[in-house]
Formats: sequence, C-alpha cells, structure tokens
Amino acid sequence: MIEFADVGHRYGDRVVLSGVDLRLAEQRVAFVGANGSGKSTLARMINGLVPPTSGRVRVDGLDPSRDGREVRRRVGFVFANPDSQIVMPTAGEDVAFSLRRSGLSKRERAERAAQALAEYGLDGYADHPAHQLSGGQKQLLALCAMLVLDPDVLVCDEPTTLLDLRNKRRFVERLTGLRQQIVLVTHDLDLLESFDRVIVLDEGRVVADDRPEHALRHYRTLVT
Amino acid sequence: MTGWYEPGTSPLHRIPAGWKFLAVLALAALVFALRSPVWLGGVCAAVLLGYAVARVTPRRCLQLARMLGMLVLLVFAMQWWLLGAGQALVVCLRIVAALAAANLFTVTTRVEDLVFAVERGLRPFTRLGVRPDRVGLLIGLTLQAVAALSMISAEVREAAKARGAERSIPAFAVPFLVRTLRHADELGEALAARGEGDG
Ligand SMILES: Nc1ncnc2c1ncn2[C@@H]1O[C@H](COP(=O)(O)OP(=O)(O)O)[C@@H](O)[C@H]1O
Ligand SMILES: [Mg+2]
Repeated sequence: MIEFADVGHRYGDRVVLSGVDLRLAEQRVAFVGANGSGKSTLARMINGLVPPTSGRVRVDGLDPSRDGREVRRRVGFVFANPDSQIVMPTAGEDVAFSLRRSGLSKRERAERAAQALAEYGLDGYADHPAHQLSGGQKQLLALCAMLVLDPDVLVCDEPTTLLDLRNKRRFVERLTGLRQQIVLVTHDLDLLESFDRVIVLDEGRVVADDRPEHALRHYRTLVT
Repeated sequence: MTGWYEPGTSPLHRIPAGWKFLAVLALAALVFALRSPVWLGGVCAAVLLGYAVARVTPRRCLQLARMLGMLVLLVFAMQWWLLGAGQALVVCLRIVAALAAANLFTVTTRVEDLVFAVERGLRPFTRLGVRPDRVGLLIGLTLQAVAALSMISAEVREAAKARGAERSIPAFAVPFLVRTLRHADELGEALAARGEGDG
C-alpha cells in the first residue's frame, strides 16, 4: 500500500506538488499529465529518490526517505532511458548484477539471470552485448534487472517514450501481466484501458482520479 | 559547475553578458596574481557577497558549497603534503574565488546572451582570420556539454540508487560513459544536419 498524505514538493521557490492525498492499493495505477505537472517527482517519492518537502509518504508503513534501502528492496523502478540503468557488458551479467548481494554463487546467479531473461522475452540473449540490444529489448532488460529481485511494487517513469508503437504495446502488456503492483507514468493514453485507476496531475495537483475512461476524458478536455 | 541560469532581476543579472564575462576573466587573472591569503580572502568574500546581491537560492548555494568543499578538501590535503599549509591555503582560496565567480556568472547569465556578446565582441578580429560565429558556437557547445553531462550524471546516479548500487563504481561509470559517448555522437549528427562543418 502506497500512501501520500498532504504531500507537497518545491524546488527552491517553485512549488511543483501540493496537497497530494492518495492511497494506492490497486494493482494497476497510472499517473498522467502534461510535461512538468509533477508526475516524475511524485513517482520518485515512492522509492525515496526524492523526499517530499511537506506531508508524508508511506510504503507498507515505511518512510522512503528514512528507510530508503528497505523501501527500494520492495519497490523496483524503471526509467525512461534504459542506458542509465544498464551497468554490465552483457544482458546476463547485468541481470546477475542485481543479485550480487543475494548470497547465491556466481553460477547460480548466472542461471537465475538466464531464467529471468527467458521469462521476460529475452530468451537466448544472456551473452548478448547489452548496449547493442534494440530500444525495446533494452527496456525489457531494465525491467528484468528489477524483476529478478521480485519486488512488490514496480514504478515505471515513461518507460515507453523511446519505443515504437509495437514495442510500447508489448511492454505494457508485459507489465499488466505481472504479479507486482504497477505505478506507470505515461503519455501513451491508449495503453491504459486495462488499468484500475488513472490519476491526472496538473500543475502539481491531482485534478482527476478515476477509472481510465473517465480520468482520460477529463485529461483530454484539459489539454484541448 | 552546479547548474544553470536562474532568471532574476538583480543588478548582476542586468550587467551585459560581455562585460560580465570579461570581469570573470579579469578576476581569475587577479586571483592568480595575488599571493597574500588576506587579499585572496577578501576576493572570496566579495564573490560571496555577489551571491547575496544576485539572490541565489540557498539550495543552489548549498550545492556549490558541497562541490567546492569536496574539491578544496582534496586539494588542500595534497598541497599541504607537497608544499605546506601556507601554500595550500593560498591555492584553495584561489580555487574558491575563481570557481565561485564562474558559477555566479553561469547562474546570472543566459547562454545565448553570452554567445551573442562573444560573437559581437570578436567581430573586429574577423580580418585577422578569427571567425566569431565559430568561437560563439564553441562556447555555446561547451556550456551545453557541461549541462548535458550534469543531467546525465544525475539520472545515472538515480538509476544506480534504484538498483541499490549507489556505492558501486561501475554502476555509475559504465552508463555515464555510454550515455556521454552516445550524446556526443548525436550532437555531432545534429550539428552536421544543421550544416555545421560544411565550411
Ligand atoms: N532537480 C530539479 N531541480 C529543479 N526543478 C526541477 C527538478 N526536477 C524537476 N523540476 C521541475 O519540477 C517540475 C515538475 O517536474 P517533473 O516531476 O519532472 O514533471 P513531469 O514528470 O510531470 O514532467 C517541473 O517544472 C520541473 O522543471
Ligand atoms: Mg517526468
């Protein structure tokens, strides 16, 4: 359960979030809103990358800005640009890198990594140079590197921005098939039909919070 | 540097970019000519006063203090070991004055204003074979590159943290290099596409 209680954030004098009250218990939640509306800031609060300047955030009762490590163990994060996230030369090693503190042997880590790659659509790519994968495959790799740690929540900040339409769809289909609670920040409104809840942000405030068809209708009137 | 232009109306914001640029260069030269810790301390104090005049936000000042603090500590330790405490103090005061002034300049000056000022300032030298537009482009690109690098480094650090790898050197260095090189590549292509390098 992710809770925001009267959360606000400012950078210097600029208020970028204010009065956000949300309890996210649904499996599939999306944040939408114009550029600069505060989606990324809000999403980053869930795993403690950005602390709120007022109000409080809780993830399963834990405070992400105090118990950052513990929270990040439960909350995986996928960024818009997978190049930021890929650390190791091959796909298999990169997934195994996530497991470096798992206590598994090197061989076991490699095996688990290969399994995870197979499970998320990168079967046979364990020895492939990670930075030569296609954009869609790189994003799958970034996803895989998070999921191999089996988090309870997965926050994705515009993970499909750099992908073509087919890869966008595939990526979101994969997300919606996961056991994890998903918080997806996106501009691709047509990928949200199957979501349980869509939250629309505008200038740092929640202006709509509803099932996709209602929230998205509101968002469309906002931008036109 | 710690960051970018912050709009404002202070006297420091209103000084024309070209003069401000010359002033920063002059200050840097002065700082390297001075040897007395007292005078250098005075220059540092004057630069810090400039931060108050420009009303730079506390957050920005803190960022700068953190960056300068680490650098100065490192340099001080090395210089002390090599040359003694007195010399180390002088070197550190020089670094603080020069970098703090350069940072104050970037916080109060728009890049395009600087580029424009440099292009105009160099126009008389066209006959000597200087190409003002090239120099302006070079300065613009350099500043743009610094901004791009600090953005890439912030994003990469965030991603490393999300993987629980904030203390791992490869988790920072590898993606940082990959994205930097890719950025350089894209920048080159973008310049070519806009006709730069066609003579
Ligand atoms: N590190 C930062 N420093 C200063 N301002 C920032 C920073 N990050 C984001 N902002 C500002 O905060 C606002 C909200 O940003 P963000 O949460 O990234 O919005 P979104 O993801 O909806 O585009 C924007 O106006 C942005 O410029
Ligand atoms: Mg964003």
